[in-house]
Amino acid sequence: MKNNFKENKNNFKQPLLKTPFYEMFSKEMTQGYWYDWSGYKAASIVQDQELEYFAIRSTASLFDISPLIKYRITGPDTEDFLNKLTIRNVGQQKNNTVQYTIWCDDEGNVLDDGTLFKFNNTSFRLCCQERHLPWFIDTSSGFNVEILEETNLIAGLSIQGPTSAAVLINAGYQSIDQLKPFEMIKVTDDILISRTGFTGDLGYEIFLPNKLSTAVWNNLWKAGEDLGIRAIGFNALNIARIETGFIIANSDFITSEHAVRNNRAKKPDEIGMSWMVDMTKQYFNGKAAIQKARENNENKFIFVALEIDGKEPADGAIIYHNKDLEVGIITAATWSPTAKKSIALATLKLPYGQKIKSNLWVEIYVLRELEYFKMMKKAFIVKAPFVKLSRRNLTPPLRK
Amino acid sequence: MTQKFDAIIIGAGHNGLVSACYLQKAGLNVLVLEKNDWIGGAAVSRELTPNILYSNCSYVCSLFRPEIMRDLELPKHGLQIIGIEGGTVFTKNGDYLASYRNYHSKRREMARFSNKDSEAYERYSRDVTRQCRFIQPLLMRTAPDPASFKLKDISEIFYLIKKFNELTPNQMAETIRFWTMSISDYLDEYFENDVIKASLAVSGIIGTALGPMSPGTAYVLLHHYMGEVDGSIGSWGYARGGMGAITQALSSSFKSLGGTIITESEVTNVLVNNNSAKGVALKNGNEYYSSTIISNADVKRTFLKLVNEKNLPKKFINKVKNFKIRGSSGKVNIGLDSMPEFPAVPKGDPCLKGDIHFTDSIERMERAYDDWKNGTWSKDPFLDMMIPTTTDPTMAPPGKHFMSCFVQYCPPKVYGNDWTEANKEAFGETVVKQIEEYSPSFREKIIHMEIRTPKELENEVGLTEGNIFQGELTFDQLLFNRPIPGYAQYRSPVSGLYICGSSTHPGGGVMGAPGRNAAIEILRDLKKPTKHARSAYEVI
Repeated sequence: MKNNFKENKNNFKQPLLKTPFYEMFSKEMTQGYWYDWSGYKAASIVQDQELEYFAIRSTASLFDISPLIKYRITGPDTEDFLNKLTIRNVGQQKNNTVQYTIWCDDEGNVLDDGTLFKFNNTSFRLCCQERHLPWFIDTSSGFNVEILEETNLIAGLSIQGPTSAAVLINAGYQSIDQLKPFEMIKVTDDILISRTGFTGDLGYEIFLPNKLSTAVWNNLWKAGEDLGIRAIGFNALNIARIETGFIIANSDFITSEHAVRNNRAKKPDEIGMSWMVDMTKQYFNGKAAIQKARENNENKFIFVALEIDGKEPADGAIIYHNKDLEVGIITAATWSPTAKKSIALATLKLPYGQKIKSNLWVEIYVLRELEYFKMMKKAFIVKAPFVKLSRRNLTPPLRK
Repeated sequence: MTQKFDAIIIGAGHNGLVSACYLQKAGLNVLVLEKNDWIGGAAVSRELTPNILYSNCSYVCSLFRPEIMRDLELPKHGLQIIGIEGGTVFTKNGDYLASYRNYHSKRREMARFSNKDSEAYERYSRDVTRQCRFIQPLLMRTAPDPASFKLKDISEIFYLIKKFNELTPNQMAETIRFWTMSISDYLDEYFENDVIKASLAVSGIIGTALGPMSPGTAYVLLHHYMGEVDGSIGSWGYARGGMGAITQALSSSFKSLGGTIITESEVTNVLVNNNSAKGVALKNGNEYYSSTIISNADVKRTFLKLVNEKNLPKKFINKVKNFKIRGSSGKVNIGLDSMPEFPAVPKGDPCLKGDIHFTDSIERMERAYDDWKNGTWSKDPFLDMMIPTTTDPTMAPPGKHFMSCFVQYCPPKVYGNDWTEANKEAFGETVVKQIEEYSPSFREKIIHMEIRTPKELENEVGLTEGNIFQGELTFDQLLFNRPIPGYAQYRSPVSGLYICGSSTHPGGGVMGAPGRNAAIEILRDLKKPTKHARSAYEVI
């Protein structure tokens, strides 16, 4: 197998690598809020978190997704291999589309979620949060496929917001006009654009070879000049993704390979992904375990979206039933600037969230001038997304 | 000269001193007798050449229990454990695999050798961490006697069963496999690359008369890893001032509590009357009396040399004789005029501040073991080399260095004969030659060198056969089987005679847990309070 890392000595000098868009983001960055995303320097805030959020919801935002772990999977058996690996049906996925998916270990516990880009039956790209080469290679035994980790070869940029289509068209990528959600198209030999994103808004993701990063950035920046284009960091994106009800591995659930303690790993049914599991597939990793857990009612948790009284965000808060029995934890929370609500994603211990849905309370501690305001707020289970935007799905896309 | 004490401890090693402190703290009047004119046993810092301190026996503090440091106020008595920066394995082909504290630097370094393995490290860490989390709470508990019907033993057995039951069926199977399999087989389940496997196998063989392909070596790895997963900062590192800083702090703590240490006082035998310990007799003719005698010496030394065989049951003696305590390692300690250069490594690379190895495949480790089995030292030995002066400014003048080379394998006898001076020199030369292969100017930098074969480790430190763990850490010699089934609770067939060294549960390494656990059992027998020995910190 090809190894892209062989020549990289001096690893002690640079614990965090720079992405192909690092220099561009640096130029915009006024505060220096970088964080570690899979070993790359990524922006938390570029200039102003609130304005960056409104770029997502009102104009066009540019977010660097180069640190996504990317695997290129090719070969005659690729589709069969991916059907064994993932819980969704890859055979039903059309060429040139993107499928949000999940893969599990043999115990049916979720190893990660990610997006699967299908070029054709024999060629896919899988983007995800964690690294899985050993698991993929082990699963590929008996299949004629080749798996290449291409994280450091392919740059990625997400453009999200109501004017994002207009920016891309301005930049010369007219063909995106016909893209429906989850479709993708090569706008040049090297540049791939998909109508995907993590914001629940109109938006696209662009994948390109590293060497084109400067040209593409400059092109978009210029095209977006009058369309409110803005470089953004993760903090703003995080608000938008919570509003949409999207989960993040090792934040909203613990991936199986990281779960040291018992009962931390979760089955798809326990993280709100039951809809994905295709039990009609003959075999996939974890199928028997997921089936057994369903038949024997062994699932212990349920994933829910919550609206919470008051305006204080409830990050990490404990959820109580009847204000006294601990029944769950909030994994992500924010004040939604668009819905004007305190919203959260949470995991509840069954039967709470399923048979018992009312009388749920959230304990929130708010530190103000070195004193805590301790409050017990009522929480209501709702259906995500918290913010539903019709422009997300309109084709051709709105230009503003 | 005769004098009476509440308790007498034979040997001022770290476990003896830990026991001494806990007993003295409970109000006993404790005497520690040490044969050498220095204290510390295998945890010492000695100025073997002017101005350079040598950790000439144990060389890294990975396991010393933080609870003990806190109970005995060792930081107040000068003990500081400082973090270690990196580590490296040099390869035959002129490359090196470095290890760094930073997760990403470390992963990408592994990816140079195998991208798959660099990603497999995640699952490996998870699985090893799980095993450590299972075993770590057992360190600070007396192992239960499965044959006993005492309430305490039964409840401890239940504790073990409960701990075990917390595992899923898969994890139970994994645990049993882990405790019994070879480190080589274990690593094969995760990794493909020889260099990466060799770098991880190290902890499975250090101090053990087994090769990486011998069953049981996976557990040895765990024993070395436990310190690392401790979670709290400063649990794995160099003792500032060398390993002697640990025993010096213990000694200072002990003396501040009113305890007495007498050096140059070799105990020749334990006085026994009517199956009860009465005192000790010294080589210099002195006798000290106490009805509580605690031996820090290993189980063989204690029961085959210090106690008259007549006072011990035949079966017990047989078991002691068959206790595995084979010498497998030597030590070469070197004072250096300047920092050795390793041309393969980029300038400024912190990987030289940690453990340095030259064995780049498990195969080479196993071949090194073959030499030992054949009765001689390894011609291509495995070295665990460290230069603590890269991190600790107190051990040598600026620019000068102390280098510790732990060398495996090295037998207690050469082809069945006692070590000769010529053998010893040749053994040292093997080590220097290996280093020279990777650092051509190394030899010129040597100011002073101390070569310790198992013979010196036995004669000077008192470790039988030079075994650094006072007995091998294989499953047949662990928990309620350490050192002898039925005598795993620090007691012996002689009433009032106890052992507190690494021969006892939970075993070797500069951990202090055997000494602490022994003290608690002794205090229970004496009906004294044990509250000053805090329980193990919770593993959450």
